[in-house]
Amino acid sequence: MSFPLEDFRDARLVHAALEELNKVTTQPWVIMEICGGQTHAIMQYGLDQLLPPGLELVHGPGCPVCVTPLELVDKAIAIASRPEVIFCSFGDMLRVPGSNEDLFSVRAGGGSVRVVYSPLDAVKIAQENPEKQVVFFAIGFETTAPVNAASVLQANNLGLKNYSILVSQVCVPPAMQALLSSPDNRVQGFLAAGHVCSVMGYWEYLPLAAQYRIPIVVTGFEPLDLVRGITQCVKQLEKHTFTVENAYERAVTEKGNQSAQGMISQVYIPVDRNWRGIGMIPQSGWGLHPDFARFDAENRFDTSAIVAHESEVCIAGEILRGTKKPNQCPAFRVLCNPSKPLGAPMVSSEGACSAYYRYSSDAV
Amino acid sequence: MPNISDAPSFANAACPMPLPHGAQVVMGHGSGGRMTRDLIQQVFEPLFSNPPLDAGNDFAALPSLPGELILTTDSHVVSPLFFPGGDIGRLAVCGTVNDIAVSGARPDYLTAGFILEEGLPVETLIRVAESMKAACEEAGVLIVAGDTKVVEKGRCDGMYINTTGVGWKSASLSINGANAKPGDVILVTGTMADHGMAVISARGELAIESEIQSDVAPLNNLITELLKAVPEVHVLRDPTRGGLATTLNEIASQSNCEILLNEKAIPVAKPVRTCCEMLGFDPLYVANEGKLVIILPEEQSSAALAALHSHKYGRNSAVIGHITNFRKPRVLLKTLIGGTRILDMLSGEMLPRIC
Repeated sequence: MSFPLEDFRDARLVHAALEELNKVTTQPWVIMEICGGQTHAIMQYGLDQLLPPGLELVHGPGCPVCVTPLELVDKAIAIASRPEVIFCSFGDMLRVPGSNEDLFSVRAGGGSVRVVYSPLDAVKIAQENPEKQVVFFAIGFETTAPVNAASVLQANNLGLKNYSILVSQVCVPPAMQALLSSPDNRVQGFLAAGHVCSVMGYWEYLPLAAQYRIPIVVTGFEPLDLVRGITQCVKQLEKHTFTVENAYERAVTEKGNQSAQGMISQVYIPVDRNWRGIGMIPQSGWGLHPDFARFDAENRFDTSAIVAHESEVCIAGEILRGTKKPNQCPAFRVLCNPSKPLGAPMVSSEGACSAYYRYSSDAV
Repeated sequence: MPNISDAPSFANAACPMPLPHGAQVVMGHGSGGRMTRDLIQQVFEPLFSNPPLDAGNDFAALPSLPGELILTTDSHVVSPLFFPGGDIGRLAVCGTVNDIAVSGARPDYLTAGFILEEGLPVETLIRVAESMKAACEEAGVLIVAGDTKVVEKGRCDGMYINTTGVGWKSASLSINGANAKPGDVILVTGTMADHGMAVISARGELAIESEIQSDVAPLNNLITELLKAVPEVHVLRDPTRGGLATTLNEIASQSNCEILLNEKAIPVAKPVRTCCEMLGFDPLYVANEGKLVIILPEEQSSAALAALHSHKYGRNSAVIGHITNFRKPRVLLKTLIGGTRILDMLSGEMLPRIC
């Protein structure tokens, strides 16, 4: 197997790029990296310690597990507890605390909960278990939407009557707009999420950059990608230019992946979505198109009686909006840790709290 | 009077003899009776003959050992039973041999308890037992007692094996996790994460195909060579479940010391690194079954490396870090690009059963 990413981790190249960043930075700036994968890479490589003084990175809401509303986690738990159901999910969701329990405890209590790496595996499970109802927890941003949509199309083609998805599909641009219109916003520039843009392109960001006069740089996930993205963003801030730039050309084009977008628009329609910790954002996600409503787990199982209760200590909302850092939470490391998480950002492999817990040496 | 010609004929009658069930494990094999004995005679006796076992008792009477006794036990539930580079039998022998050997002791005897699932092909059991025999011969240990139970189909994943081991060491030898000292260097005896990633790829659930081989191996001979070259070894550990990061955190806490690792120096094979990246695993948290972590005084490191490099299980040995002067139980990692981050304990990640 080849390992083509090595250059993007090369210490000499990264240090040369950091030198340039130092040169162009003359004053403090606040930049938000949208994606939790970027947050983890920054912490994993200790990149935050190597930035010019005063250049602050705040961590965005781009963690699909973290922004999935509690109510939907509770619905997942209720559906997974039913004896006729095989509930399939990405691994991270199993440890996310619901109001009373998590999917792990459903499994320990005898429920059938399976970890899959792709919803297409869940379709296969539905084919192999015709006497069971198979439900896939379709969470995520624009990155998971095409494959989740593909699973519905595949189940439809196979004529499966026992496959459905519990949808919590959200989109980045409306969340950026919500952050920018918030009165406590501190963000002056964005690193857009490279993987999301590889699907959607970056045409959607052009009006945002113009309207809010804010630089947006499409950025990848390796140390060199991140330093390049930050540098392009700082250069714009220093020059007072506010455009969309692409610092992740090896994966992203302006138009994105047309066939993936086609699948999304065939299966989904834009809907209002509730974001955990942030609240309702109009037209910020997708729900199933009426043509595919029969694949909607919320139509198939009655979950209307569920009332969710958020923890009173957890400040996940402020973390996800970038107004506070994980180590500013009174519960961080004390009451809340990956073994006993109070909120989703401590659970997910893309959550900011878990990144700080795992990698941050100053917090010990 | 009924007509005699209508009466059933017994001319071709045969007594319904029980089937011998030689091909598959059935519940009767765990009864403790004749079928259990048949299974033992068919599978285990030809492979594991030695005087205490051949005596045929429910116990093994052993000669007294010339030092402090070291005792350990380990249960093995790996799935699949066979994976590239090893199988549950080799794992069951090596796991227990290594747990004894890292105390500096010489492992001598093992017991083996088998829990078999109804329907398991006897052929599979024979292959596993043959592999245990080969591993025992390599490690120089004897299986002197055993037990076999059978559970209903669906109550176990093919087979589970528990092994208990006995060894001995000189009472003056003190190698343990609390002995790391400031200034000591930390070595590993080869690439990290091979076993965990080999098993995960072999499970086939993740649609990953790779050539990654498990490193499962008995390490007692390597340790003997090391201790001959460098008598003053402070800590020896095999970084199994939880991987290197978890093992070093345990040592940091036992010795109340800060460990600083150099990411660049930690050997990880390229296919393993690639596979980890695709699946979102950190190789420093993935299990090894044939590697050691060694902590010893810095001035001994070149002698140690020379001894390790000359053994087949130590060819890729490397110094990966040191114990700092700071008395704070934690593990830090200097990253590839020069940042420093904490390397925490594993907190209940969802890895499949790998040992």
